[in-house]
Amino acid sequence: MADSHAGAALAHQFEDLEQQHEAASLGMWIFLATEVMFFGGLFAGYTIYRNLYMPGFDAGSHLLNVTIGAINTAVLICSSLTMALGVRAAQLGKRKTLLTFLICTLALGLAFILIKLTLEWRHDYLEGFAPGLNFTFAGPHAKSVELFFCFYFLMTGVHALHMVVGVGVLSVLLALAWKGHFGPQRYNAVETAGLYWHFVDIVWIFLFPLLYLIGGRY
Amino acid sequence: MATAAVGPETRVDYLNVDYGIKSWLLTTDHKRIALLYLVSITLFFFVGGAAAALMRLNLIEPNGALVEPATYNKLFSTHGIIMVFFFMIPSIPAVLGNFLVPMMIGARDLAFPRLNLLSWYIFMAGGALCMYAVIGGGVDTGWTFYTPLSTTYLNTNVMSAALGVFVAGFSSILTGLNFVVTIHKMRAPGMTWFRMPLFLWAIYATSIIQILGTPVLAITLALVGLERLFHVGIFDPAVGGDPILFQHLFWFYSHPAVYIMILPSLGVISELVTCFAKKRIFGYSFVAFSSVAIAAISFLVWGHHMFVSGQSIYAGIIFSGLSFAVAIPSAIKVFNWTATLYKGSISYQAPMLYALGFIGLFTMGGLTGLFLATLAVDTHVHDTYFVVGHFHYIMVGGAVMGYLGGIHFWWPKITGRLYPDGWARLAAAIIFIGFNLTFFPQYMLGYLGMPRRYAIYPPEFQVLNVMSSAGASILGVGYLIPLVYMIWSIRYGPVAGPNPWGAKGLEWQTPSPPPTENFPETPVVTEEAYAYGAKEVAVG
Repeated sequence: MADSHAGAALAHQFEDLEQQHEAASLGMWIFLATEVMFFGGLFAGYTIYRNLYMPGFDAGSHLLNVTIGAINTAVLICSSLTMALGVRAAQLGKRKTLLTFLICTLALGLAFILIKLTLEWRHDYLEGFAPGLNFTFAGPHAKSVELFFCFYFLMTGVHALHMVVGVGVLSVLLALAWKGHFGPQRYNAVETAGLYWHFVDIVWIFLFPLLYLIGGRY
Repeated sequence: MATAAVGPETRVDYLNVDYGIKSWLLTTDHKRIALLYLVSITLFFFVGGAAAALMRLNLIEPNGALVEPATYNKLFSTHGIIMVFFFMIPSIPAVLGNFLVPMMIGARDLAFPRLNLLSWYIFMAGGALCMYAVIGGGVDTGWTFYTPLSTTYLNTNVMSAALGVFVAGFSSILTGLNFVVTIHKMRAPGMTWFRMPLFLWAIYATSIIQILGTPVLAITLALVGLERLFHVGIFDPAVGGDPILFQHLFWFYSHPAVYIMILPSLGVISELVTCFAKKRIFGYSFVAFSSVAIAAISFLVWGHHMFVSGQSIYAGIIFSGLSFAVAIPSAIKVFNWTATLYKGSISYQAPMLYALGFIGLFTMGGLTGLFLATLAVDTHVHDTYFVVGHFHYIMVGGAVMGYLGGIHFWWPKITGRLYPDGWARLAAAIIFIGFNLTFFPQYMLGYLGMPRRYAIYPPEFQVLNVMSSAGASILGVGYLIPLVYMIWSIRYGPVAGPNPWGAKGLEWQTPSPPPTENFPETPVVTEEAYAYGAKEVAVG
C-alpha cells in the first residue's frame, strides 16, 4: 500500500482508512435520517390537510403542469445515474471519467432548478397561485386550493434548496477532482455527496406523485 | 511550539499547549470545545435564572410585586426558551459528552472534530438570535410557541426567537450525529458495547432522540415563520388551518426533548453511584437497555400534552397507557442504583450528594408524572403549577442535579485541580433545600388550582407563593457558591492527580488534565466497566 499517500488522506483521529471511510459513510446515513424526519413533518402536514380538504387539493393539483413535472423527474433520475457512475469512477481512480460524470450531474441538477424556476414557479406566480403574495384563484374551494399551493411551494421550495446545496457540493467536488484529489484511497467525499444527491432525488420521487398526480386526473 | 507552561508543572496538556485566543476559537479538540460550551451555557443559565428570579419576586404579592403582566409573559418565555434550548439540552451532552465520549472509549477525538466546532458556532448563532429577541423587546409566546397565538396575535419578537431555536437545533443534531458515529466506529480494542460505561449508553440514546426529533421541530418552526410572514392558513383556523397540528408536531419533538435533558443525567448517576459505593452496577444490561427503551418510548407519548386539546379520547387513552410505560425503564434505573448502593462502601463526597439528591427528586418527579399521565387527574391539574412542579422536579431536581454532580465528579479531570470539598458539600445541601422549598409548594398550589403563567393570583395562594420565592432565593445562592469555588480552584485548588476518586474507566487512566491526544497510546480494554473489587476500600 502507498503508505505516504494513505497517510495524507487519513485524519489524525482515525486508526486507518477503513475506519475513516466507515465513519464518513455512517455519518452521512445518519444525516439523511434527520432529513427524512425534516421532510416527514411536511409530508405529515400535507397528508392531514389533503384528507381534510380532498376536493380543494385535487383542484389545486390539476392546475400544475404534469408534463414539466415529468420532464424534471426524468432529469433527476438521469442525474442519479451519472452520480452513481461518478462515484464508481472515483473509486477506480479514473480522473477524466469522474470529471465527465460530475459535470453531467451538475448540468442535470442545474437544468432541474432552471426548469423549476422559469417554467413552473414563475408561471404559477403569474397565474396568481402564490399564497400570501398574489393568490387570486377564485374558483370553487379557493381556500383549500390556497393551502395546497402553500404546501406545493413549501415542499418544492425546500427540495429545491437541497438541490442548490447539492449543486454547491458538486462544484467543490469538481474543483477537487480537477486537481486530482480523489483516488482509490480517497473517495469518501464523492461517495457521501452521492448519497446526499440520491436522497434529494428520492424526495422528488415522492413529491411528484403527491403534488402532480392526485385526484384522478387521468 | 515551545511549551509555555509556567509554574511547577511542565507536562504539556490540552490546556497549556497554547494560550492564544485563536487556539480556543479555532480549536478542533473535543476537550476545548467542551469548555467553550461550558462557559456559554453557564452564561445562558444565569440569564435564564435571572428571568426566573424576577418572576418569583413578582409572585410574592397576589397583585404582582414588580412587573406588568405583559412583562411577566416575556419573563417566563425568556426563562423557558433560554433554559430549555440553550442550557438543558446542550448541558450534559455538549459539555460532559464532548469531553468524555472520546476519552471513555479510548479515542483521540470525535469522528468529526471540525463539525464539532461548527456545532458550537451554530449554537452561539442561535443563542445570539434569541438574546436579540429578549433584549430587543422580548418575546411572550412561552417556550412552546403555540399557534395561533404565535402566528396571528402577537407582535413581539417571535420571529427572531423561533429562528434562534431553529438554528440552535442544527447544533444539537450535529452533536448527536457526531456521538453516534464516534461510539459506533471509534471504540478502542476490547471496548465492546457491553463494556462501555453506562454514561455512553445514555448519551447514545440521547443522540438518537436529537437526530430523529430535532428536525421535526425545525420544520415546525419554519412553518410558524412562514405562517407569520404570509399568513396563508397553515395553522390559522380562520383560513382552514389546524392549530392542533402545530401541537402534534411541536410535542413530537418536545416530549422526546425532555428525555434529551434527563437521559444524560441518568447516565451520570450510574457513574457516580458505582464510584462512590465502590461496587459493580447492579444489572448492567438492564440499566443500559432502559436508556434505549426510554428513547424509543419517548417518541410515542407526545399526546399526553394534549389531553384537553380536543384530540380523540381513544388517542388520549393510548397516549396515557404509553406514558405509564415510560415509568418502567425509569424505575428500573432507580431500583438498580438502590441495589448498587446496598452493601456498598459509600463515601459522601460532593458528587455523591448530588447523586443521592437526584435519586430522591427524580423519583418524586417521576411519580407525579404518573398523575399527569392519568387522563382524569390531568384534566384537573392541566396547565397548573402541579405541572410546573412536576417538570422542575425532573429538569432541575433531576437533570441539573445530575449535571452538577457530573461537573463536580469530572472537574479534577477537566482542570487537574480539586475544589474545596467542604464548600461543595455545603452548596449541594443548600441547593437541595432551596430546590425543595421552591418547588414542593408549587405541587400544592397546582393541586389547589393555581394556573401557570399568570402574573397575579388570588390572595389565599400567597403563603405558598412566598415559600416558593424564598426557596428560589436559597436555590440562587446555592448555584452561585459553586461558580465561585470552581473558578477559585482553577488557580488555587490542590493538584488532583490522574484519579482522585479511585474510579474505573479509561478517562481516569490518563493524566489530569489529559494531553491533547488523550492517551499516550491507544488503550486496550480487558475488563468490564465498574470492575470495582469487592474488598476495595473507598478513597478518602
